[in-house]
Amino acid sequence: MGPEHAVASLELTVNGVRRRVEVDAEESLLSVLRDELDLTGTKYGCGEGQCGACTVLVDGRPTRSCLTKAVTVGGRAVTTIEGIEENGRLHAVQEAFLEVGAMQCGYCTPGLIVEAVALLRRERDPSETEIARAMEGHICRCCTYPRILRAIRQAAHAARPTKENPR
Amino acid sequence: MSEKQRDPDLEPERYELREGLPYRFELGRRGFLQLLGGVVVLVVTTDADGQESGRTGAGAITDRDLAAWLHVSEDGTVTVSTGKAEVGQNIRTSLTQAVAEELRAPLASIRMVMGDTDLTPFDMGTFGSRTTPFMAPQLRRAAATARELLKELAAQEWGVEPAALVVAEGRVTHPVTGRSLAFGALTKGQKLVRTLGEDIPLTPAERWTVAGRSVPKVNGRDHVTGRHRYASDLTRPGMWHGTVLRPPAIGATLASVDTSAAEAMSGVVVVRDGDFVGVAASRASAAARARDALRPVWKTTPQPSGRDLYDRLRKPPEPEPSDGRRGAPHVVGSVADALSSAHRRLESTYTVAYIAHVPLEPRAAVAEWIDGRLTVWTGTQRPFGVRGELAEAFHLPEEKVRVIVPDTGSGYGGKHTGECAVEAARLAKAAGRPVKLVWSREEEFRWAYFRPAGVIDVHSGVDAEGRLVAWEMHNYNSGSAAIRTPYAAPNQRIEFHPSDSPLRQGSYRVLAATANNFARESHMDELAAAMKLDPLELRRRNLEDPRLRAVLEAAADRFGWAKATSEPGHGHGIACGVEKGSYVATCTEVRVDASGDVRVLRLVTAFECGAIVNPEHLRNQVEGCLVMGLGGALFEAVEFDKGEILNPRLSLYRVPRVSDLPEIDIMLLDRKDLPSAGAGETPIVGVAPALAGAIFAATATRLRALPLAPRGIPRPREAASRRGR
Repeated sequence: MGPEHAVASLELTVNGVRRRVEVDAEESLLSVLRDELDLTGTKYGCGEGQCGACTVLVDGRPTRSCLTKAVTVGGRAVTTIEGIEENGRLHAVQEAFLEVGAMQCGYCTPGLIVEAVALLRRERDPSETEIARAMEGHICRCCTYPRILRAIRQAAHAARPTKENPR
Repeated sequence: MSEKQRDPDLEPERYELREGLPYRFELGRRGFLQLLGGVVVLVVTTDADGQESGRTGAGAITDRDLAAWLHVSEDGTVTVSTGKAEVGQNIRTSLTQAVAEELRAPLASIRMVMGDTDLTPFDMGTFGSRTTPFMAPQLRRAAATARELLKELAAQEWGVEPAALVVAEGRVTHPVTGRSLAFGALTKGQKLVRTLGEDIPLTPAERWTVAGRSVPKVNGRDHVTGRHRYASDLTRPGMWHGTVLRPPAIGATLASVDTSAAEAMSGVVVVRDGDFVGVAASRASAAARARDALRPVWKTTPQPSGRDLYDRLRKPPEPEPSDGRRGAPHVVGSVADALSSAHRRLESTYTVAYIAHVPLEPRAAVAEWIDGRLTVWTGTQRPFGVRGELAEAFHLPEEKVRVIVPDTGSGYGGKHTGECAVEAARLAKAAGRPVKLVWSREEEFRWAYFRPAGVIDVHSGVDAEGRLVAWEMHNYNSGSAAIRTPYAAPNQRIEFHPSDSPLRQGSYRVLAATANNFARESHMDELAAAMKLDPLELRRRNLEDPRLRAVLEAAADRFGWAKATSEPGHGHGIACGVEKGSYVATCTEVRVDASGDVRVLRLVTAFECGAIVNPEHLRNQVEGCLVMGLGGALFEAVEFDKGEILNPRLSLYRVPRVSDLPEIDIMLLDRKDLPSAGAGETPIVGVAPALAGAIFAATATRLRALPLAPRGIPRPREAASRRGR
């Protein structure tokens, strides 16, 4: 049997754009995003859902794309780090990561930001415990965790409605 | 002399450089200064900084004597070239700051070209906290030389004295007449090359305006948007994906392999070259399927297991290494005599396990052959070293090989070697097209290299006041970094003993300083306990180095050491250390519950590395070191049996996570009167011994093995029997 034996055509909606791709039945969403769609902001780190570097949103929910078969997300909305900016403007979480310097090598950063964006959409003003719990599934090997937590806290505060800017 | 021969003198612990290539394949200019115009400053290595570049400067200036160069173009863009690589330590930013400071140019006008063997001068590698103390001053001088040259140009243009001119924001201005020209306009139509002036005055740290401040990571925006392309993210036209067949255990060799099923698959290239077997295909999944269809027969050889590790490491290597790894013992006075008359003697043995770097971006490379010339994009701390490995593997002259290092997903000393680059290049050669190879996490655990394990024996003697009279320390295998004691002991014997390591080992952040500092500081604690002295007080009585004393006192003061009283289940620990020109002291507070679980509540660290270049990035590095240090101190260990790694996955090998975070308090002591030292490594060395001390204070159990508590603290009775020696 040739290696192309299991290739099927699949329609994906990624960052609001419909894309038709050829996928293997066994191929992970991560591979398809990176190798077929050239959306390389989503990273491979462990292949077993332990590090969170591959986190994307599927219908708004943070999902480990390394453990998700691409064929299972047809017709569902996939958001990657490349889709987090709004009209060319950084999301508050991205701004906060930059301001706080919540990275060293930056390899884990996209997965963390996607997770944090989902958290802040679920919970406008998350507690320390909620932030920590959401980030527990992510590894930053440079160990910038104190800054990561601070950045998310800062982004949550920035998004808080104010008198001048009721949301 | 080749680079490899030179290395042992420079740093005797770079074991991996002495290893042969993993594969030997069958046989099968630089134009970086061709710039159109503008101002070029060449940084030429001198004897004093020859170590940094790996060569000594003598005779005519050639490409090989260059350490860096700086170019101001006609449009005012400043390009600075250095062979250093960015692996998360933020040197792209700190070096940009150094140049901006001296050149008086906006940060945004400066572009760093790094780690590209065609575009940057030779550099031995990015390791050993050497960029800040050695490369940064060279770039500062280059920038200052360019600035003075630009001033001269303006002075000629306007017929005024250079001293009457002011340089700021990328412009030279004559305040008296109000005339002003941008750098680019001043260079127009000319090409001026100048060699670095040795006597160029540098801006003293107390007058820094750009350096010394916290500026954000220069390419940070690309990281938060996912736009930055690491080596593993790159693609080339027509590129395929590769995968490599791995043996079942260390030391296994290929007896035979049936490749027919894999080769029968269409669109697949199978390569067999000596012990190397790999596959390339248009999709990674197809390559993996073809690899799984290979039918290899392996010849295994007996391999050691973790349980006899430490006995093994005590045995001398066979044959005795002739490469200078051993070095001479450090001997002062007579330890034997001093011990015999000491008030109190103490002997203890400490061990450290192998640990893995776990860079989150695994080894990755994209290789492309065009007309017999090889280009490889890869994440490594040694671009020129990897170029050498590629040239050797493919029997090519080095100028036929280009290595490009995109800013890399971390290294921590773990990415000095080019095995992935060599493999990708071999596959690309066979496939006749570019090939990308990304190691899996499991490959990274099994086939990269580890921080060396080690055994350390300490034998000491003190007088009635707790002052050291004798200090003897023997380190087996883990290395000689920071092996000398900073404490004043009149009689010393300190020796590093190389061993045959059963696992592949190499550099890890701060090398053996973590192991040696753990043993030394733990032993100081044990002496304090034996003498019924406070651990801080015992250190004070033995410590003369004023910089180390300063951080120790600062950390103790901030922590509230004087008032901190340990009780069962709740303990405090303190430790200090010096390495690579920087000084650290760490105090910690732990809670140990009834089941033996250890919870680190607080880490207070004082750190001093001379004049601070970027306070926020420094703080970030210190934080990272402390939290990373928790892993090696408490739970990280590579387990192996008969040459097989037993925990080669992140679900089996625990690294620090958010839930491991203690409260962290960092004091940075800024010594503007002292040159800046590197800071990405040393802060780690206080963590393990401080924790061991705190656990002892909480449980009366003295743990002498790293990791200290992979499965919690053993029950007291068990601990007592372990303690008996």
